[in-house]
Amino acid sequence: MSTSMNYLDGNAAAGELSRIFAMDITSAEGQCANCGSKRRFAEAHLYMQCPGLVARCALCGHVVLRCVNTQQHIFLDLRGMTYLALNTTQQQEASS
Amino acid sequence: MTWRSARVTGLHDETANARTITLAVRDWPGHIAGQHVDLRLTAPDGYSAVRSYSIASAPNSDGRIEITVERLANGEVSPYLTKELIVGDELELRGPVGGWFVWRRDQTEPIQLVAGGSGIVPLMAMIRSRASAGSSAPFRLLYSVREPGAVFYQDELQALSDQDHSVIVTYAYTRVTPKDSPRPPGRIDAMLIATGTWPSNLAATSYVCGPTSFVENATDLLIAAGYGRENIRTERFGATGERK
Amino acid sequence: MAIISRGFAGRRSAAEAKLPPGQYLTTDFPVLSAGPTPHISLDRWEFTIDDGSNVLKRWDWKSFRQLPTETITVDIHCVTRWSKFGTSWEGVSLDVLLADVKTDLSYAMFRSYGDYTTNLPLKDVVNKQAWIAFKFDGADLAPEHGGPARLLVPHLYFWKSAKWVKGLTLMPHDKPGFWENLGYHIYGDPWLEQRYSDQ
Repeated sequence: MSTSMNYLDGNAAAGELSRIFAMDITSAEGQCANCGSKRRFAEAHLYMQCPGLVARCALCGHVVLRCVNTQQHIFLDLRGMTYLALNTTQQQEASS
Repeated sequence: MTWRSARVTGLHDETANARTITLAVRDWPGHIAGQHVDLRLTAPDGYSAVRSYSIASAPNSDGRIEITVERLANGEVSPYLTKELIVGDELELRGPVGGWFVWRRDQTEPIQLVAGGSGIVPLMAMIRSRASAGSSAPFRLLYSVREPGAVFYQDELQALSDQDHSVIVTYAYTRVTPKDSPRPPGRIDAMLIATGTWPSNLAATSYVCGPTSFVENATDLLIAAGYGRENIRTERFGATGERK
Repeated sequence: MAIISRGFAGRRSAAEAKLPPGQYLTTDFPVLSAGPTPHISLDRWEFTIDDGSNVLKRWDWKSFRQLPTETITVDIHCVTRWSKFGTSWEGVSLDVLLADVKTDLSYAMFRSYGDYTTNLPLKDVVNKQAWIAFKFDGADLAPEHGGPARLLVPHLYFWKSAKWVKGLTLMPHDKPGFWENLGYHIYGDPWLEQRYSDQ
């Protein structure tokens, strides 16, 4: 879809978004509100070299998530997703 | 997830341009192979930079992790980490993060790892995790590098490949090949996928990691070879290989 | 407290001139983008001015490049804290583009190829304050930096200088664009450090 390859993916946003989401977001399934495709958030195209974080649908390029850190708030825009399904059963594996 | 302090306890050069850094992390909760950490560096005037680095070491309980950093020509952070950092230095670290691009020790299916350059790092954590867990899951690695001198963890991969035949390593050299290489230099292509990866009927789970263009190309080739999209997990390092 | 003369540096060299508060000087030119670089062929490129109902003015690349241009040298300030002094651009002034536009609408939403938008008071883009720039440092503006043409409004934070600009929509009231509706300041004066909407 994009020829410029200047994007990362949802994995790169995991640290930033861990401030908001108690559960792992990269393995969450999201549905794009524009084209209806259902993908893991890890597969979203991520643009972080801008004044905020912008995640786009890998299929159609529509913005599925935006996030901005101001001094006092985190602004979150999730309009681009019909839903985001986070896995409540996934456990952090204990080190052995 | 909060920032923790981490102290450098070891430094080891992997190649002329890449260094493995061992960090002792305060209150480290442990990790799963494939996860990464965010590092934050702060200059005396308050300027700070954050970068993500995959954990290279297997999960363990001694509170230490290893990351391998490649020095990028125009990098802001990698030159500092690969040239200036010394044992005893303290950094801030957040993580581990990521629950999708991970290999868990209870996975038994065949695994196909595909690495582009520094994309080998999280995949090496998976290989090391498998070894320390005594897992017999069949692993193959297709590792694309510019030239022989750019291979990370060379001795370890050689030992695994020689002694333990369930980790099969295939190299793809894109610029310069070793002297008696059967294949001329070049990017991964359909032929190399056909000869260097598990056949698609084995329903292997594949992990592809490296610069974005490498990941897109390798993923397209795997799908063309019959891998299901849902069986391919990817992690992109961006156009220059630096993740920020 | 003295009134700050925005942009005034006196006879000091660029390196000594005061940076806006919270900024760092850079010598490279970081590429920041909220999406893929659009590739717009010049035979499809257009710049339009509309009022929400009617197109008031339209230029294709050929007619746009027949307009009088200026070469300007300005300092630019990004809200991510980097500033770059003495950047040289060639472009068409918004004074030229708006010359025959009669309107009592006071605000503009600039629109870009892709989905980026940014809002500005009309009074901030006239009187030699804004250009549609198509050359940087004497060469054609690279796509990663907004080519074929971008908006250039150096007196405000650089997110207002929309890359890949394709037109503006005049509006009666100020409305937030892409970043302004997610926590960034509606106006963005770097000398008053107007970064965020919640400060």
